[in-house]
Parts: sequence; C-alpha cells; structure tokens
Amino acid sequence: MTATTQATVARGTPPTTPIRKRGIASRTPRAFYWMVLPAFVLFFLLHTVPVLQGVFYSFTDSPGYGPYEFVGFANYQALFTDPRVIHAYLFTFQFAIVATVLVNVIALAVAVALNSRIKFRTTLRAVYFIPYVLAVLVVGYVFQYLFSISIPAMAQALGNERFSTSILSDESLAWIAIVVLAVWQAAAFNIVLYLAGLQTVPHELYEAASLDGAGAWRQFRSITFPMIWGFFVINMVLALKGFLQVFDHIVAMTGGGPGTATESVGLLIYKGGFQGGEFGYQLANAVVFMIVIIVFALVQFRVLQREDTSA
Amino acid sequence: MSAETQTPGRTNWWLTGLMIFLSLSILVPLYLVVVTALKTPDQLTGAGFDLPSPVTFGNFGEAWRLTDFPRSALNSALITVGAVTLTLLTNSMVAYAIARNMHKKLFKGLFYYFIAALFVPFPILMLTVAKLTAQLNLDNQVGLVLLYVVFGLSFNVFVFVAYIHSIPRELEEAAIVDGANTWTVFWKVIFPLLRPMNATVGIITCVWAWNDFMLPLIILSDPRAATLPLQQYVFQSQFSTNFTVAFASYLLAMVPLLLVYVLAQRWVISGVTRGAIK
Repeated sequence: MTATTQATVARGTPPTTPIRKRGIASRTPRAFYWMVLPAFVLFFLLHTVPVLQGVFYSFTDSPGYGPYEFVGFANYQALFTDPRVIHAYLFTFQFAIVATVLVNVIALAVAVALNSRIKFRTTLRAVYFIPYVLAVLVVGYVFQYLFSISIPAMAQALGNERFSTSILSDESLAWIAIVVLAVWQAAAFNIVLYLAGLQTVPHELYEAASLDGAGAWRQFRSITFPMIWGFFVINMVLALKGFLQVFDHIVAMTGGGPGTATESVGLLIYKGGFQGGEFGYQLANAVVFMIVIIVFALVQFRVLQREDTSA
Repeated sequence: MSAETQTPGRTNWWLTGLMIFLSLSILVPLYLVVVTALKTPDQLTGAGFDLPSPVTFGNFGEAWRLTDFPRSALNSALITVGAVTLTLLTNSMVAYAIARNMHKKLFKGLFYYFIAALFVPFPILMLTVAKLTAQLNLDNQVGLVLLYVVFGLSFNVFVFVAYIHSIPRELEEAAIVDGANTWTVFWKVIFPLLRPMNATVGIITCVWAWNDFMLPLIILSDPRAATLPLQQYVFQSQFSTNFTVAFASYLLAMVPLLLVYVLAQRWVISGVTRGAIK
C-alpha cells in the first residue's frame, strides 16, 4: 500500500524526485563504511596479498625460505620445457573435461527423472544428495579400496583377465577411477542445482506440448533444455573450474601415481612448492595456471552463450 | 507430499524402478563401509560385500583411540561452528552495505573486487598464504576459521546481495523514521529477514568447513589441531593393511554430518536449492 502511494507520488511530482535522490546519496551513513572496512582489510590481507606475493616470488629462485634472487622470466621459460609440468596440465585437462561433461549429463538426466512422475521422489532425492555431505578425501579412501581390492576380486571370480589387477596401478587407466570418484561426489550437488532449474519451467508448457503430441524426448529438447540453459552454462563453468583444481581426489586414490601418471597441476604445485624446494618455480606454474583457468572460464561463457543465441 | 510440484498423471513405475536401481550406485559404497567396519580382518575375503558374521564392534574402539577421534572431531566441530557463525554475522552485513550502496562507485567496486576472486584458483595463494598465516601466528584453528570466513566472502556476498535487492526498502525507511540508526536497521530489520539465505549460506559453509582437507593440510602446524579429514590423511599410511580399523575410522568421520543430514534432509536440500535460484 505504502509502496504504491509513494511510487505514485514520486511519479506524479517529477521535480522532487532528483532532489530526494541526491539527498540520500550525499549522506551515506558512516555505518555502511564500518560494515565493509574490516572485511575489506582482511580480504586484502589474506587473499590479495598472498596472490601478489605469489606473482612476486614467481620471478625469483626462492626455495620458500632464506635469501633469493630475481631470475626474470627464467621460471616461466623452464615451465614450458618441463615434461612433468606439461604432463600435469595434459592430465588435468583430460580429467577435468571428461568429469565436467559426465557430471553435467548424469546430473541433468537424474534431475529430470527425479522431477517426473515417479514414486518415492522425496526419498530418492535425499539418497542422491548424500555424497554432497561426505568428505572427498574419506570417500576417496573407500573408492581406493573398491578399485584396488573389490573390483579385481570380482573380476577374478568372473574370470576376467583385464580387470583382475587394480586399474589404480595402471598408468593409462588410473585416471578413470579418479573420474568415477569425482562424478560420484559432484553429481549430488549438480542434481540439486538442476532440480532447482527445473522448478522454474512452467507446467503449462508441457501441457500444451503433450496436447500437440510431443513425446518425452521432444519435450526435453524443445522445452526443458532451452528453459534451463542458464543453469547449464553456470554449472558447466563452475564444474570445470572446480575439476581443474582437483586435489583431494588424487591424494586419496593414487597420490599422483603410478609414477606421475595422475599428478594434477594443483598437486604438483603443492608437492613441488612445499616439499620439493621449488617455491618460486611452482608459483610461476600457479600464475600460468590462474591465467589458464580464467581463459577457460571466459571461452566457456562465450561459446555457451553464442550457442544460446543460435538455438 | 510434494504434490504441488508433481506433474499430474499416472506414476511411471518403469522409471521409478530404474531410479531405485541407480541409487544403488550411491548406497553400495556406503554399505561397503559399514560391513567392512563390522568385520574382523580374517572375515575380509573376496570383494568384501558379504555380511559380517559374527558382527564385531572392536574396530571402532581401536579407530577411536588410534586416530584420537574425540580430539579431531572436536577440532572439526569448533572450526565448523566458528566458521558458520562468523560467516553469517559478517558476510550478510558486508552484503547489506554493498547492496544498499550499489549506486556508489566505492561499493560497486568492492562488489566486483570480491566477485573477481571467484576466478582466482587456490593454488596461486596456497604456498604464500601458508607462509603468511605462519608469520601471523594464525597456523591454528583460529586462523582456519578466519580463512573460511574471508574466503567465503566472494560467493556469499554474491548470493546475499541478490537476496537483499529483493527486500523492499520501505521497511528500512519506516525504521529510520522511527529513529533507528543503520546498525539497528541491519540487526533488527534486515538480518531477521535474511533467514532463508542464512540457512543456505550456513549449510554450504558447514559442509565446506567440515569436509575441507586442503586448508587444514597447509595451514595447521600443530598435529593436535588436526581436523577429521586431516587426521584421516595422517593415519592412512598406518592403516595400510589394517582395512577393518581404517573403515571403522572412515565411518566415524562420516557419521556426524550424515546424521545431521538425515535429520534435516528436507531443510538442507531446500536451502541449497534456494541458493541456486538466486
């Protein structure tokens, strides 16, 4: 009531509006500054300063303590010819892209199924969401047992040669086990995000479509998917950004092995920076990594948004 | 139950069956944890999916003592409660100041400054923040709480600001006319109205702080400060062959949050959903 009256008054008497506005803007209560100041100081100290320090040390040969010297771009040059670094990037890209696509496809399919005419929806939704509340590291140890003991034992019982040894000790297959863990754990959260997206699609559209004789797949392609496109874009970008930084999964399942077959960029920076005396060098790696992640996010937004306008 | 969101029509039993079958992919690993934790090492044969007979509970006692469960659980609980409480009290306030002054360059700039950090990957500050917290004597539980509160700002300010924009200003103006200052307006008028968003941010922060492994790994220097996931990591090498005790300790680490989830499951899911729509 009050709102409408005020709005009408304001619209009815245009000359007073600018004065009122300026009046408010010119006296921002000082309290607002005190509300953000401590947060800004702490954020700057604990987030921005470490980032800037990281960039600074990336131009030095610092081992993380004691004296150091400036080496210019030497660290950056060395990165591009370091096979361990190149391998870490290739592994991380491969893992992150496959995991991102799988998580989104599976989560969207499960969300659509959970949103359709099935029984026990509430219970099933609760079950599919369980992995979200479990620690990746702890679940990772369980999956390590599954892959290194349970599955080989089952394969042996079935007489299957290929899987009777653990895939975690196979250089070319270990990454698949990590993808399985990542998808298992991350799908939960994405299912709920997609369910939230599906709630925003009006029912009338489906009713009209089924009157026109559109089948389930046709309804999904022509109504559901276009309507939740925004959720799809955000989920893809966030999932890829998260998976590129994969760490816990690998610590739990392979520790980066066998050899360095499943060493991600995050794990390499951690190992080299804390234990390998490569503080400055790994910080150069981290700077490159940051640029890569930002570029990935921008490209993804671009491509997925263009897709939207063409659809 | 949730009839209002259900599409009218006949139940799809074929799909119901498929979804129940697929939910086994979630339940089977959890089942494995429970049965393994209840076995003795010599009952552990083959794939490990058979039921324990007889059931043994001794693994829990051993895991409890070996990993110093009460201490690490208490550390995790204190850190989580501290992070959630401080996050809700401070991050909502920062968001309120930003949301109500978005027309000012300073506040708008601050908003984008916080949001931009969402795209800064953690490895770039991992090495230096560990050094910094050690220099500031923050390589302990207090420092960890502080880091969760500060690092959460980016995402939390984003969702809080969106939510505060939907609160009509008339309520605040009425309170100001009644003589309330900005602080009183925030605590007495706005903060109570933020309850749904506080639930969302609270749940997300709680799950993050409780399950996080990376920050405790690089920040905490005193082994007695270890959280549950960090303690699991430290003891993993000692478990190498002692699977039944290891699984008992996994179960102990999983149970607290799982219990909270089972009790407040509807509330948790709707809280996360709300965050997604905003």
